[in-house]
Amino acid sequence: MYKINIAHQAYNFKTLRNLMAKATPARSGDYLAGIGAINNLERVAAQWVLADVPLKQFLNEALVPYEQDEVTRLIIDEHDSVAFAAISHLTVGDFRDWLLSEQATTDTLSAVAPGLTPEMAAAVAKIMRIQDLILVAKKCRVITRFRNTIGLANRLSTRLQPNHPTDDPAGVAAGLLDGLLYGCGDAVIGINPASDNLEATLRLLHMLHDVIERYRIPTQSCVLAHVTTTLKAIAQGAPVDLVFQSIAGTQKANDSFGINLDLLQEAQLAALELGRGTLGDNCMYFETGQGSALSANAHQGLDQQTCEARAYAVARKFKPLLVNTVVGFIGPEYLYDGKQIIRAGLEDHFCGKLLGLPMGCDVCYTNHAEADQDDMDMLLTQFAVAGGTFIMGVPGADDVMLNYQSTSFHDALYLRQALGLRPAPEFEQWLQQNGIFNAANQLQPRSDVPALFKPSLQNIGK
Amino acid sequence: MSDFKKPISAPDPWLSLKQFTSARIALGRAGMSLPTRACLDFQLAHALARDAVNIPLDFSGLEQRLNAQGHQTLSLQTQAENQSLYLQRPDLGRLLSASAASCLQRNTTPTPLDAVVVVADGLSSTAIEHHAEAFLNLLLPELQRKDYRLPPVCLVKHGRVAIGDAIAEHYAARLCIVLIGERPGLSSPDSMGIYFTYQAKSGISTDADRNCISNIHDNGLSYQQALKKLLFLVNEAEKLQLSGVSLKDETSDTEAGHPLKQANFLLV
Repeated sequence: MYKINIAHQAYNFKTLRNLMAKATPARSGDYLAGIGAINNLERVAAQWVLADVPLKQFLNEALVPYEQDEVTRLIIDEHDSVAFAAISHLTVGDFRDWLLSEQATTDTLSAVAPGLTPEMAAAVAKIMRIQDLILVAKKCRVITRFRNTIGLANRLSTRLQPNHPTDDPAGVAAGLLDGLLYGCGDAVIGINPASDNLEATLRLLHMLHDVIERYRIPTQSCVLAHVTTTLKAIAQGAPVDLVFQSIAGTQKANDSFGINLDLLQEAQLAALELGRGTLGDNCMYFETGQGSALSANAHQGLDQQTCEARAYAVARKFKPLLVNTVVGFIGPEYLYDGKQIIRAGLEDHFCGKLLGLPMGCDVCYTNHAEADQDDMDMLLTQFAVAGGTFIMGVPGADDVMLNYQSTSFHDALYLRQALGLRPAPEFEQWLQQNGIFNAANQLQPRSDVPALFKPSLQNIGK
Repeated sequence: MSDFKKPISAPDPWLSLKQFTSARIALGRAGMSLPTRACLDFQLAHALARDAVNIPLDFSGLEQRLNAQGHQTLSLQTQAENQSLYLQRPDLGRLLSASAASCLQRNTTPTPLDAVVVVADGLSSTAIEHHAEAFLNLLLPELQRKDYRLPPVCLVKHGRVAIGDAIAEHYAARLCIVLIGERPGLSSPDSMGIYFTYQAKSGISTDADRNCISNIHDNGLSYQQALKKLLFLVNEAEKLQLSGVSLKDETSDTEAGHPLKQANFLLV
């Protein structure tokens, strides 16, 4: 069925799953899994075949069997055929053309989103160039709310990530204040705890709540503990704004994370019950990343980009405030170099946005990847041009707890200057009222700290 | 044009916060970007980390130094033939090359041994270059004091942690101790880790079966602290006949010097 003769070679791709893997732009994880194209010709042959596959085929041929996998069941059972009707006659190749056409407006794309499956989004991404991924994603608009409004046009939000190797309260506070004074933190103030235990999680949750309340910061907090830890914290009356969880695109991978759809539902309901959002009730924060299923040996023969897109089906069920693809954290055995990391980040953003998710990107790398700050600048810039929802803000781009390089407060300010991107409106107003930003969203000249924080700094002396 | 006299880059008026964290805070700014000094500071740290990953370990130098101190060695390599393959195929870094396998075959012992000590370059040659010899000089006499029978110290090029399993299995050794270069962070390009496995089995032992002593470098865990932890694990493993998640390191961390929790100045 998936056959082609091309450049004097006959190709016969046995299954849609096999075809998807072969059509994927080269990345080390698919070779580690033994499923990548063996050469450039095979890859392009697969892309030609994939372009002729009708979108409907993805509803008929599950890439992971329906009976074995609750993510597949979620995708099929909750597919919106009415929304799909407008594009149901298209092939993958036609779909690419349609996405790039004037017909695909922001409103049309939003209307079609519930009719798209992750596999359709992944498939079309495989035959799109970087400029296509950017252009189409930029047309998508996804707006979410908790205590502020994330995702408006010409806005870029930031997660303030003041991690500390021992969760020392003053150490966390120092990173947190540094970030706020650089205008960072409207997406969330989110801490990765050094140890995933209830006591540490409770301590950090209370601290973030108290800081947000005392300084009246229009944002939300999150402690990125396992969902079961957060559920226990809620049961103990802790002030939980956003529930965090890492998610993946197969049931087996989610099993290895110790989660399933019921558990996520339980957590979402528990957070909704607290009713802590003032402007909206998007109360989930998910993180994903290509390669996570393979690293749990749970990729089920799927290529890592398709696995990743399927994680977005899990995310979309729970109406998250934020979804973050942590693109370069996983290491060179999945994404070898800057080129692979950049493309993966833009694919993930595109697929997420197309499916209706508020996609951020942890533009990041580890020291054993063939990547450096220049590569990150390229992804950072392209992600922002594509209308990316949020990026990370880590002091000096160096996370001293997780030991990897992400983006800095200065990086976000670079994008604000270069592309005229503003923070979420409520947070922008807070920054301006407190003299952190001026009316043009530039950092105010400083000989002293803003009045709001002056007493706290005087407490510690010099 | 008095503007010319103004400083071009500005420090942040909250430098005092640096006392609370090793994070790169209060970096100042040039416009709204990183000032030159902070920018080059980062590049320096990254250069050290990259070199730790990519500059090959001088195995023959290490071997000569160990031999000169009376430690026998055996040089082995994995199926990851080059650095690029090593980084992209962790599975190959867990398998001995054909020549290494036959080298081991020529070095058999008639009876089971007690422990093997393996040194692998891992992700930081600098870590092994800086710390392996000094640590072995502390460790090997302790193992000999226990009357443990050991094969030569196995030096493995392009090795992952699990490469120790095959070596332990070959010598039918109960205890497997792997010294390996850890993934370098910006602040610790030369961090060495030790992985300890009881009854290691190639292809069967997993991370859950191992105990890890991490962060051994000049600003991290000292050799003495690491040795104390390792010997504790060895003794407990011999008693309990297991290692991994069920074997807890109960040595105190206080000497590792975590400062006392400090009050949060934002909420005073």
